[in-house]
Amino acid sequence: MKLWLAKQRYLIDFTLASLARRKARNLGLLFVYIVLVFMLASVTLYTHALRQEAARVLAASPEVILQRMVAGRHDLIPPGYQERIGRIRGVQKVEGRLWGYYYDAVTKANYTFMVPAENAPAAGEIIVGPALERARGLAKNNGISFRSYSGKLHTFIVAEVLPQASELVSADLVLMSEASFRAFFDYPAGHYTDIALSVANPLEVRNVAVKLAAALPDARPILRDEVLRTYASIFDWREGIVLALLSAAILAFGILAWEKASGLSAEEKREIGILKAIGWETGDVIKMKFWEGLLISLTAFLIGFVAAYVHVFHFSASLFEPVLKGWAVLYPRFQLTPHIDGVQVATLFFFTVVPYAAAVLVPIWKAAITDPDSVMRS
Amino acid sequence: MIELHSIRKAFNQGHDNEYWALDGIDLHIEAKKVTALRGPSGSGKTTLLTIVGCLSRPTEGRVRLLGEDISGLPERFLTEIRRRRFGFIFQQFNLIRGLAALDNIILPAYPTGRPRRELLDRAEELLAGLKLGHRRHAKVEWLSGGEQQRVAICRALINDPEVLIADEPTANLDTHLAGEFMGILEGLAAQGRTILLTSHDPLVVESAVVQRVVDMRDGKLLSSPR
Repeated sequence: MKLWLAKQRYLIDFTLASLARRKARNLGLLFVYIVLVFMLASVTLYTHALRQEAARVLAASPEVILQRMVAGRHDLIPPGYQERIGRIRGVQKVEGRLWGYYYDAVTKANYTFMVPAENAPAAGEIIVGPALERARGLAKNNGISFRSYSGKLHTFIVAEVLPQASELVSADLVLMSEASFRAFFDYPAGHYTDIALSVANPLEVRNVAVKLAAALPDARPILRDEVLRTYASIFDWREGIVLALLSAAILAFGILAWEKASGLSAEEKREIGILKAIGWETGDVIKMKFWEGLLISLTAFLIGFVAAYVHVFHFSASLFEPVLKGWAVLYPRFQLTPHIDGVQVATLFFFTVVPYAAAVLVPIWKAAITDPDSVMRS
Repeated sequence: MIELHSIRKAFNQGHDNEYWALDGIDLHIEAKKVTALRGPSGSGKTTLLTIVGCLSRPTEGRVRLLGEDISGLPERFLTEIRRRRFGFIFQQFNLIRGLAALDNIILPAYPTGRPRRELLDRAEELLAGLKLGHRRHAKVEWLSGGEQQRVAICRALINDPEVLIADEPTANLDTHLAGEFMGILEGLAAQGRTILLTSHDPLVVESAVVQRVVDMRDGKLLSSPR
């Protein structure tokens, strides 16, 4: 074992010396390799973290949301619906929600106006999201006026700004009291935007949805799981687009690696011949080149992955943000929670390190089995 | 020490350009003697040297080293024998460019896994013996032809082999350096090493150091005048 370790150390020593002797070429290759790992790791880390974030946020949302449909479009919930739902077995809590969109011509952006279930601000006061705070230069106790769709001007006092941590879902949010909301939108009394239902037993959620559809044929139940799935598929789709764009880079790297590996220079071939002639076995030469490939690919993987981690979790993936985060006038600013998934790292490792190490080995093996007497004839 | 029986060696066997480089060689190379293979280019000297040095196998015939038939051994065992028993001095020196003299010298010992300190001490000792200690950290491409050859000799000796094989050792040296090489060769012979070399340089084959000259032509032995 000690002898084996000593031999491996010598092989690694020689490999490092070999890499240093071809500095420009190997550094170039390493750079391209790092960039590739960085891009792939950034995309996967970012989308994975977004999915996690969405799942975390939605974990606190109601199990079922009920929307009323008229001609296939979302309509207001008229009075009396909540009472009818309350009689369905398995439903723990029924809550009418009030929310709507408001287009602000000043920032040319849509805000989400909403009445919170609890801790609603007093009439005439609002709580705003951090993006809106930035866009309109608001601070606590400032006044702000919005012209309603009926043409009337409504003035509100900012009672509070929502914390940065909640920005992913609250960037464009304006919270107000029920009275203010109904007055601003001229919302008819007793009507709601939709209904949120809590179902105690998760296994019952689907049954409740079926019962709801039967009891209220003009309403559509939306399950939390469906929302989660939709988010996941959106992120998957975006990840797919970026990966498709990156495929050209991956292909280019593949060609570079293959060219580098298969196009052993005459000098390298000569060296392999010399090493064999002076007593190195074919296996020693292959092991030496294997170490070379492994050192390059591991270094590239580690540097690329760490750079991607910093890029995603400290710089909010600024390079891919527009594609991966989606479109909005008011972009939320948020720090994703650092999250590394073992399977994800292993997959990335498998698709970046293993192909390179393999691509390098085949031509090396071909060169390594050449007869050692070739050096006598050169 | 080394016995060759009916050695034949073909290149491109079975093809249109089949060529027999050696054709029926019977030779006994004695231990602790300096033997030179002499002959014109294409006579088969180098091919014979590669077979003796376990760098290649004969197409036909038997090679015995210390009484053991090694002609049919797999490559792994031949490599082991080559590393342990033979040291090579190539015509073009075949040093690894970019590496220092010291690093080149210890290369044949890497597969043995011997401690690095031990290897470096031995390499320093060999370099000092050939008056090249001051150049140990110089990259080999910065060395003169004579210095490169001395590094190649040190490399050939790092595993302390019994047999030294030198292919046209003076072909790339001027008369002065060739004379120096013969001096080194004399010292190695005095240490009791078996030396086999190829040359058509009169300075080598007519030297008193060389105890036996074997003439070759067209893949056959001609005679053994000395």
